[in-house]
Amino acid sequence: MREIGAEMERELVIIGGGPAGLAAAAAAVENGVAAEDILILEREPELGGILLQCIHNGFGIHRFGEELSGPEYAARFAKKVAELGIPSLLSTMVLTLHRMEDGRKEITAVSSAHGLIRLKARAVVLAMGCRERGRGALNIPGTRPAGIYTAGAAQKFVNIKGFMPGRKVVILGSGDIGLIMARRMTLEGAKVEVVAELMPYSGGLSRNIQQCLRDFDIPLLLSHTITQIHGKERVTGVTISQVDEKRRPILGTEQYFACDTVLLSCGLIPENELTRQAGIPLDPVTGGAVVGENRETEMPGVFAAGNVLHVHDLVDFVSAEAELAGAGAARWLAEGDHAGVKLAVRPQGVIRYVVPQTVSLPADEDVRLFFRVGEVVEKAAVIVECGEKVLYKGMRPKLLPGEMESVTLKAETLSGLDSGQLTVRLEKR
Amino acid sequence: MMDVAVIGAGVVGALVARELSRYELDVCMLEKADDVAMGTSKANSAIIHAGFDCQPGSVMARMNVRGNAMMDELAQQLSVPFKRNGSMVLGFNEEDTGTLQVLLERGIKNGVPGVKIVSGDEARALEPNVSGEVVAALVAPSGGIVCPYELTIAAAGNAMDNGVQLFTGFEVVEAHFENGVWTLVSADGNEVQAKVVVNAAGLFSDRVAAILGDTDYHVFPRRGEYLLLDRDQGTMVSHTIFQCPSAMGKGILVTPTVDGNLLLGPTSENREDREDTATTAEGLATVARLASKSVPGVNLRAVITSFTGLRSCSTAHDFVIEPSKNQPQLVEITGIESPGLSSAPAIAEYVVSLLKEMGVQLKEKADFNPYRRPIPRFREMDIEERRKLIAEDARFGQIICRCETVTAGEIVRALHQNPPAHDLDGVKRRTRTGMGRCNGGFCTPQAVEIIAKELGIPAEQVTKCGGGSRLLVGKAKEGDLDA
Amino acid sequence: MSETIRELTCIVCPIGCTLKVTMDDGKFVSVTGNTCPRGAKYAETEMTAPRRVLTSTVKVSGGHLPLCPVRTKGDIPKELLFEAMRAVNAVSIPAPVSIGQVVIEDLCGTGVPLIATRDIHSV
Repeated sequence: MREIGAEMERELVIIGGGPAGLAAAAAAVENGVAAEDILILEREPELGGILLQCIHNGFGIHRFGEELSGPEYAARFAKKVAELGIPSLLSTMVLTLHRMEDGRKEITAVSSAHGLIRLKARAVVLAMGCRERGRGALNIPGTRPAGIYTAGAAQKFVNIKGFMPGRKVVILGSGDIGLIMARRMTLEGAKVEVVAELMPYSGGLSRNIQQCLRDFDIPLLLSHTITQIHGKERVTGVTISQVDEKRRPILGTEQYFACDTVLLSCGLIPENELTRQAGIPLDPVTGGAVVGENRETEMPGVFAAGNVLHVHDLVDFVSAEAELAGAGAARWLAEGDHAGVKLAVRPQGVIRYVVPQTVSLPADEDVRLFFRVGEVVEKAAVIVECGEKVLYKGMRPKLLPGEMESVTLKAETLSGLDSGQLTVRLEKR
Repeated sequence: MMDVAVIGAGVVGALVARELSRYELDVCMLEKADDVAMGTSKANSAIIHAGFDCQPGSVMARMNVRGNAMMDELAQQLSVPFKRNGSMVLGFNEEDTGTLQVLLERGIKNGVPGVKIVSGDEARALEPNVSGEVVAALVAPSGGIVCPYELTIAAAGNAMDNGVQLFTGFEVVEAHFENGVWTLVSADGNEVQAKVVVNAAGLFSDRVAAILGDTDYHVFPRRGEYLLLDRDQGTMVSHTIFQCPSAMGKGILVTPTVDGNLLLGPTSENREDREDTATTAEGLATVARLASKSVPGVNLRAVITSFTGLRSCSTAHDFVIEPSKNQPQLVEITGIESPGLSSAPAIAEYVVSLLKEMGVQLKEKADFNPYRRPIPRFREMDIEERRKLIAEDARFGQIICRCETVTAGEIVRALHQNPPAHDLDGVKRRTRTGMGRCNGGFCTPQAVEIIAKELGIPAEQVTKCGGGSRLLVGKAKEGDLDA
Repeated sequence: MSETIRELTCIVCPIGCTLKVTMDDGKFVSVTGNTCPRGAKYAETEMTAPRRVLTSTVKVSGGHLPLCPVRTKGDIPKELLFEAMRAVNAVSIPAPVSIGQVVIEDLCGTGVPLIATRDIHSV
């Protein structure tokens, strides 16, 4: 009889073997955790996560100074993890996570090869990534025919499985995956009729508007949405309407587009079911855990990084963030809880969120705050303050909701602070 | 030659077939769709009504109260989740209070157990999230919830396990009665012969009746739109929360489902189109608005899907279950609107008694098995049950649908166990694959692969729901780049 | 003189600078808005002979996956994208494939090779 279950113990378990999980694992080893004391749990049959289906280029400019494709970027980290000798369990899905009375975390997972797995870990890094918002969540009226996919599902079909989900495509939402798929489908011989975006600005990177839409004369309709899906068995078309400033469809602006496929690229949602189940507090705006500068959540010894924490535009920043989490976990395993004070970091005005949500002081290192704005802002100063004290002020020519921004607070700037909270705001020039 | 042919494999047809499978009879179900439960049984409020709403003395009242009482044993035999969560009708003003009194009296007359009226505060003590404006409520503890398509699938499957044949894709377009035998002809020219026919064609029962020579029925669809919310809203209420009924139905309800979601709806709109299951912006907005009236704290951003159901109504506003007045060896079942799901077990029992009166020989089978072996539900198992299952078949260790924790093993079983699924939606209804919050974004590619492999067809031929609903249009690398 | 100003989004890196390019009679004159020298070069090329990196997949036989992702090792003329796709679609390579392996030496006479961007093992 096969082995049908396993009981294991580890210093550090990393949930998710995508870019965040791999970088966190490597950083943990580089910061002193023995490789064999770590275990990466990955639900897919190989390491690399969603990057494996992102075959386009544009990954690694910050990290490696070159433009890699998703699989190449993933391969560099997978190779590093292999060289460091960090073990992983593949095709393994984590089912539960909770904190035991002695402070350790118990994880149950399942796979065909090992059956039910029960794991006890001192520290955990959450690196489960995110999912796309689907048709149901968007609540688009109309029929429910075949041919409606999230952009990511279509990407998996085309790039990994080798199938075309459709030939005449309308895309709702201008998120990067949707833009990338517009080009990808076009190059595979499909006709992308139009991309409709609810907001008055694009959700994706400007360069993707250029190289994925304009290059192929694909129109982008801003402030438009799909108000009806048509077709009984397979999609036959969509009605697209303009929306007003409150995002309500404007009567009389309906246009009909014949198509056999609707791709949805309307935002990503961090996959925090396990986090929620474990009772770890979440930030309602990011949809991810509340974390400190080392990406430790409010549950001691549990860290989070990458798209499970907040949705990133660039994998380079995911890797950097995961390294903070991996190093943070290594330090926590060696030294235990941070002894200093913890200040909250609060967004103000058009700044929707800031990660990390807390900063522990005294700081030994510079702290980089990542944030997003809720609307397009031109020529504004980003200001970080603690009470009356201005910790940072820097100009930005343009801030876009689709692009994550950051400011770096020098460790010495933070020295001497021991109370109050940090606020991040914009000041229009 | 069949002894009995049941036209329509909705909840009524499936339960009639199952009831008949107790006896030494050759029985078949003829279903025009690719799967069972594809009409009204697929999309409705999923409520087992207590029976206080029906006019005393009506067929409806009798069937509802009897059907409700039969549900515990039936659900247990078929391994279908069923919960007596109780029903609560909210009264917001004096007029409503009067209506509640009428419902109470009807309930008592109809023999509904335990029905009573409570004050607004008592209602809120039972259901802390109902509106502060509620002044009184009717409570009926025997009200329950069940998944209507799951019940139908299980009933049809159990009937098949006991020898009933299911012909899907069989749309009856022609019928002849000659020499004491019915010949039923499908749209694509296949024929089935049967001594007796039961018309359980739901929304199309009047048209089927006309094909069989009975032209005096008329059914019209009443559209109802629904919103289904994430599990994180599933505990907002424990009872099924109704508003006071009107001529158009039982009003917008807020109810937990047996799968732990929260269901809101339906709207109520009479239309002639019997296939229009599109949702509308206005309809969904109405559901949201009225549901919030009952339960103000409901988070409408937690919607995971919306859908439209078509109820099959008749002008008589009562069930018609009778031997045909014009044709021999034919039972007509029509006008099965709400509470049709609740009444279905009783309707099946009654139909069989009618068939007996018509001379059908009911000799009990020695080997009838009322129990159905369900598809294992990995997500509901404890660790030991899971261990055992994976040891038997490693495919139960491979999670395909992350949101609903559905394994490859369950999908494989859904494709082979009676009644077998033929498509993605069929798999979804049997296993909940793709029914969670990601709407199938992650699992669809894998589910398609499993369906293709198990059915021995290329992936491009896998459909969402039969017919022309193919999910893929061809292979990559073969596109026309000259267009 | 027929000086015109065209606005471009730089695609060299994800920053996506907005470039203002001054052209005279179809000839590149100057650019503003770039934050690095590569942006300036991009603007000139984009206005005269635009180039793109092509990423796609090729068929694989006997591999653990049916397709292998590929990219051009460097950019190719934009106008050749569809012709290049025809060449890419016509190729089928046997497993195993290793990352960086040259799939087509010279894609459509551009002098730019097409390379595999992941490993595919044999089954």
